Amino acid sequence: MRFDYHTRYRQGFALLKHPADWVNYGVLLAALLVVPLVASNYFVGELSYVLILCVASLGLMTLSGFTGQISLGHASFVAIGAYGHAWLLAHGVPFILALPLAALISAGAGLVVGIPAIRVSGLYLAMVTLAFSIVVEQVIGMWRGVTGGFMGMLVETPSIAGISLGSPKVFYYLCLLVVVLVLLALANLLRSGIGRAFTGVRDSEAAAYALGIEVKRMKVGAFGLSAGITGLAGALMAHHIGYLTPDAFTLLLSLDLVLMVVIGGMGSLRGAILGAVLISMLPNGVALLKDVLPQSMARQSGLEIFVAGAVLAFFVLFEPTGLNGRWMKIRALLENFPLYRRDTFRRQKAYMKSERNR
Amino acid sequence: MTGAVLELDQVALHFGGLAAISDLSISVKAGEVLAVIGPNGAGKTSMLNLVTRVFDASKGRIAFKGQDISRLPRARIAHLGIARTFQNIELFDAATVLDNLLLGRHRFGGGVWWRQVLRTPALTRLEEAHRAKAEEVIEFLDLSPWRNARVAGLPYGVRKVVELGRALCSEPEILFLDEPASGLNPEETRDLAFWIDDIRSDLGITVVMIEHDMSLVNAVADRVVCMAQGRVLAQGSAAEVQSHPDVIAAYLGT
Repeated sequence: MRFDYHTRYRQGFALLKHPADWVNYGVLLAALLVVPLVASNYFVGELSYVLILCVASLGLMTLSGFTGQISLGHASFVAIGAYGHAWLLAHGVPFILALPLAALISAGAGLVVGIPAIRVSGLYLAMVTLAFSIVVEQVIGMWRGVTGGFMGMLVETPSIAGISLGSPKVFYYLCLLVVVLVLLALANLLRSGIGRAFTGVRDSEAAAYALGIEVKRMKVGAFGLSAGITGLAGALMAHHIGYLTPDAFTLLLSLDLVLMVVIGGMGSLRGAILGAVLISMLPNGVALLKDVLPQSMARQSGLEIFVAGAVLAFFVLFEPTGLNGRWMKIRALLENFPLYRRDTFRRQKAYMKSERNR
Repeated sequence: MTGAVLELDQVALHFGGLAAISDLSISVKAGEVLAVIGPNGAGKTSMLNLVTRVFDASKGRIAFKGQDISRLPRARIAHLGIARTFQNIELFDAATVLDNLLLGRHRFGGGVWWRQVLRTPALTRLEEAHRAKAEEVIEFLDLSPWRNARVAGLPYGVRKVVELGRALCSEPEILFLDEPASGLNPEETRDLAFWIDDIRSDLGITVVMIEHDMSLVNAVADRVVCMAQGRVLAQGSAAEVQSHPDVIAAYLGT
């Protein structure tokens, strides 16, 4: 068991509160840094893809997990980031500038969707974002001059100051850097005033207004921020794919992103990462599963979607707080070992929810 | 009128053909505890929602320290120094007590966004200042056992206190309490009476409370307004209002 003995307030809201955290995260980072030195190019490429999805998942988590707005159209922001980045590169913008610019373009698109979309919430917001993603997919298909239409568009090899980032291992380090920076920025933002205002807007709009929070501005801002981060993931994705076509950014990608944040655990950055890792490894897991299953089952089409759906159903039924919730429970169990009580994490039901004046 | 911090002047609120409030004039004096009583549907909470700009007044003027606030954006109200609690607790359920209290500090600003992203030393100091203020409120309301607990798991009585604490964190000049004692046991109600008294006397905050519990009203209210059907039925000291024949007929009973 560990006890907190804080003598200054800043110890209470430090990112890494305990010396053990420094060790754990240090070891994790060191392991991630060492991987390319020992692993094959293929494995490192796959790992880069997981890291890219982590960024996209963090982007959606900002919106859905922290501000409580559901989006079924985040693949469109990935697409806007990817195409924006590729277009900028093709027009001679240096890579180091094109990356943040792509994120900004995507953030702009997010604001454009966000301004009308915040008038609705819940299921209706999901429909608005879904419609937006279909529109984006069509626009990308039709706008041949910029996107190359359905024929696709080649992404130039990234390079910084003449040094090529084309090799999978160098690209992996770039992805790792982006993940770490995005994670740090979000962790800082979410434990400050803006992050608290986000959760305020999510949990009670009436109270948020009463405390002077500009609810609409917060919602639109969260949309823009989320779209920007997701667009950044898209820019990296462009290099991972190498050749952009509209069918890389379909509804399936949006659903995968939603799966990541739900399975990871709403309202937690750690959950976004864990969810992205699990969901991006699912196809590989299914491939392994196919070897074990009888031929007649293994050759069925749609096995992957079935497994993804089953995993989601499993989590909704048995672990609504997601991987992050499970993580916290296991940690509590290990820390308080003989004294752990299941009820610690049992949620109380609140019945006083009527007459909300939103 | 001198000393009036908040004035409602012939305010009306209509929902289509339904007049929730008609011709309501109330003035709240600085530094008093004003209790608003009345039967259900009298328009007590609607009056509060008018002041905090949840609803637009159909007519009339609402002045806070001489400034007309009846057309201000809803989120501006807190910045003037008007705080409120809700009849059905409106806390941020997934957040801890401490985060709820810190959200009460929102009107004092959380720093420029890029400072928040980079977490500069200046921002850390600002957060510590907010935290220090929240700790004052925690001490005042005896919330320290619950500091890091999630609101969703707290007993009802504690949630009521957390909501009061969140309002106090915004350092208001006038505090509206919407049925603060509903659902509390007698002991908690007694604590509440002391706190309301201290809020007025020690913190110098004007308190307007909507309340049904007459023992609490008698204990702390300097002045009582009884509303019925969207109008003021009677006002004066607690004893005067309670002996008023109209109030007995409409609300208290014999």
